[in-house]
Amino acid sequence: MQPLFQQATGITLRLVLLGALSVSIMTLDHRFDHMHFVREQISLLIYPLQILVDLPARLGTWGASAISSQRTLLDENERLRSEGTLMRAQLQKLAALETENARLRDLLGSSSKVGDSVLVAALLAVDLDPYRQQVLINKGARHNVYTGQPVIDASGVMGQIIHTGTFTSTALLISDPSHALPVQVDRTGLRTIVTGTGNPNRLELRFIPTTADIEVDDTVFTSGLGGRFPPNYPVAIVSSVERPRGQAFARVFATPTARIDRSREVLLVWHQTEPLQSE
Amino acid sequence: MNSWLRYWVIPASFAMALMLTMLPLPAWAQPYRPDWVALVALYWVLALPRVFGIGLSWCCGLLVDVAQGALLGQHALGMAVIGYFAHRFHQRIRVYPLAQQSLLVLVLLCVKLTIVLWINGITGHAPDNMLLYYAPALIGMLLWPWIFTLLRDVRRRQKLR
Repeated sequence: MQPLFQQATGITLRLVLLGALSVSIMTLDHRFDHMHFVREQISLLIYPLQILVDLPARLGTWGASAISSQRTLLDENERLRSEGTLMRAQLQKLAALETENARLRDLLGSSSKVGDSVLVAALLAVDLDPYRQQVLINKGARHNVYTGQPVIDASGVMGQIIHTGTFTSTALLISDPSHALPVQVDRTGLRTIVTGTGNPNRLELRFIPTTADIEVDDTVFTSGLGGRFPPNYPVAIVSSVERPRGQAFARVFATPTARIDRSREVLLVWHQTEPLQSE
Repeated sequence: MNSWLRYWVIPASFAMALMLTMLPLPAWAQPYRPDWVALVALYWVLALPRVFGIGLSWCCGLLVDVAQGALLGQHALGMAVIGYFAHRFHQRIRVYPLAQQSLLVLVLLCVKLTIVLWINGITGHAPDNMLLYYAPALIGMLLWPWIFTLLRDVRRRQKLR
């Protein structure tokens, strides 16, 4: 026989304990990044559901390619082949330039880029928190993805990995308000920091003095100073520069070059630099 | 037959709710997505408070946190708080007519949204449009009679009490 009126103190105590537990977990997660293990275990539990949710989108792509006409495929094939030829030609020139660059750097005695290896990953069609700019990708710790790894697409930097699961990982996009990225203006070499605004088509360049030389249509590249991102990847193009009177810093906004809200495929970059050699 | 196996409908309902939470929607519809997991958890706390208490609703919140890529523990805290109120007053809420229950669900969902909002604000992810931010609670209120009836029928068929 169950008691009709149970003691309320039991569940109040439980609520207080759970509240304290939540707050401590949140602090550990936010401030110290200590909850990776827990998150990884839980994400393993959710993985089958994510695959199920992604299935219609995947079937859609598969179906579209299965029923597309031979004509369209031939056209696409032709276009891709010419694109490939063009890119190979450009690559030849790049290879020559790269060896020359390495030789010059060698002469100068400075460290050089060893080379980045990349892995193609697909975004899962799964919605995440609408108030955060994040995406879920289909490669995880299984594929040696690590926290802090740069994520790029064909035209620019997209973001970095913040959580890794066994088979999936979450990337924070550069448009998230909590993301900051050290960059350099291509034309002048001016160093600054790009932060997100929460809008996938708008980034803000911070801490630029009003007197600095920066103009609309300037391209911004990663500077590699944070140590997380490899240098010289395109990030954004300056879209507006405002110099309010009596203020120390200009208000500069930029449009990301990566197709942040449209890409379906991304590249994960393993970035290696040679350690600085001591004299 | 193992008596615990009869409770498989509870995890199954949460699997459905989590999938609905992750289902890709067009960008304009995303802010209106109801909090499916909270609605289902509220139902089970009201219907089977001895089986499904605030501990389990906290765990479901943790699942949502991981599924949404949110701060670990923020939805969990919100779910524990609304689970607490539902558990505390389940005998009273159960005898309310559906319309009145829906209003109460609206209040509870707003409480949860506010808790999540505070935590988002502290970590720098405050939304721009406050009115739109509370839209999921309104949608949840409108959905409550259907969820309640559906899950009640499922529960009765499984003879869970």
